[in-house]
Amino acid sequence: MKTEISVTINGEAHTHEVEPRLLLIHYLRDVVGLKGPHIGCETSICGACTVAVNGKAVKACTMFAVQADGAEILTVEGLAENGKLHPLQEAFWNEHALQCGFCTPGMLMTAKELLQRNPNPTEEEIRHGLEGNLCRCTGYQHIVSAVKAAAARMGG
Amino acid sequence: MQAFEYANPKTLQEALGLLGSSWGEADVLAGGTDLLGLMKEYIHTPKRVVNIKGIKELGGIEKTSAGVRIGATVTVAELLSSGLIKSQFPALIQAAQGIASMQIRNMGSIGGDLCQRPRCWYFRSGYGLLAMKDGKSLVANGENRYHAIFGRAPAYFVSASSFGPALIALGAKVKLASQSGTRELPVAEFFVAPATEDDREIALKPNEILTEILVPAETTRNATYEVRQKEALDWPLATASVALKMDGGKVRSAEIVMGHVGPTPVRAPKAARSLTGKTINETVAEKAAATAVKGARPLSQNAYKVQLAKAAVKRALLRAVS
Repeated sequence: MKTEISVTINGEAHTHEVEPRLLLIHYLRDVVGLKGPHIGCETSICGACTVAVNGKAVKACTMFAVQADGAEILTVEGLAENGKLHPLQEAFWNEHALQCGFCTPGMLMTAKELLQRNPNPTEEEIRHGLEGNLCRCTGYQHIVSAVKAAAARMGG
Repeated sequence: MQAFEYANPKTLQEALGLLGSSWGEADVLAGGTDLLGLMKEYIHTPKRVVNIKGIKELGGIEKTSAGVRIGATVTVAELLSSGLIKSQFPALIQAAQGIASMQIRNMGSIGGDLCQRPRCWYFRSGYGLLAMKDGKSLVANGENRYHAIFGRAPAYFVSASSFGPALIALGAKVKLASQSGTRELPVAEFFVAPATEDDREIALKPNEILTEILVPAETTRNATYEVRQKEALDWPLATASVALKMDGGKVRSAEIVMGHVGPTPVRAPKAARSLTGKTINETVAEKAAATAVKGARPLSQNAYKVQLAKAAVKRALLRAVS
């Protein structure tokens, strides 16, 4: 039996009938068509699917779409405003914080909440804050540098 | 994942009416951190999933005349930002900090932490809670490096709860509601070592919902220490939570509870009693820690956990008085 859900995604209202077992990540990618959030492990480990639900970073592979009914969701596609990249996106670009890019959407969404909670984090706090996101290319150093650079840019 | 009927009740009474009389009929959903994993692997295949996040009375952290009431759906992140918890219960804060990743702390609930199923890889691979084959335990004769050092046949898995040991040390109770009323249970009695495959590792019945946790207001020096293989995204190997009632610099009475070493959190009453009248220092803490792990009976691959549990007790005691 399908359930109707209404969500706001990147500022746009959506209403769909979904099966209760549909994961939020599959809803975003396959129903709404937003391919930014990635599917990595699908078991809460890798963080590639991270999106913000009501302002909180969550793993969209470990949430049913029906749980998001009524919520505001922000995906990596909603980070840039008026064609201008978010300071985190710019910093990831400038600091070479990605190679293959698979983990990047999740890294950006987690880093965004990290900087909201702590606008001027130490290197250790950044590493701790990103513990739920795995990167298999960079060795993390450039990602940490990028988050630091973004923090400075955002006036932390 | 097997299809299921989804229910999103707005009141506790409505939710209780949607539960089943036996396991497998309905599962309760709060953050979903554990439940979704169980359902993806077909370890749980409920006919109905009852979301309790929409029930307002199951949230919130409040001061009461007896102590602090923590709603079952309070998230780990909410707990971490609560001034009330921070000021009185560092043992809970330190346990919460060990729960891996911002994303999981944003979703995971304290009630869910207490009700989560064991991480035993035999259980998660579908061999059942006791992992028995032809009347023999697969764990006792198999891959048991992360299993119990305080286990007794037939249960060798370890309780996965992060908050259980700290709540027991603090003397907390859980409130369990069913259609026929509510009951309160010390957290120490909430965890049970199952005797048969049909039993659960917690005292919750299929027709009940854990609604809140009540932590008494008694002033204690309390702390949790977790020993882990790595900082990120894993359950600890051994933990200890302690709560000390003090007379000045001396211990009046103590509670020591170890986590991830047995099918339930494991209390160490003898070690706790040995602290009475003493000032905690390195030597006293070391001695009590040695007493705490005296009864350990490690399996073929996990003798190393005895030393880890001992270190956890010692460091928790020193942290409590630092």
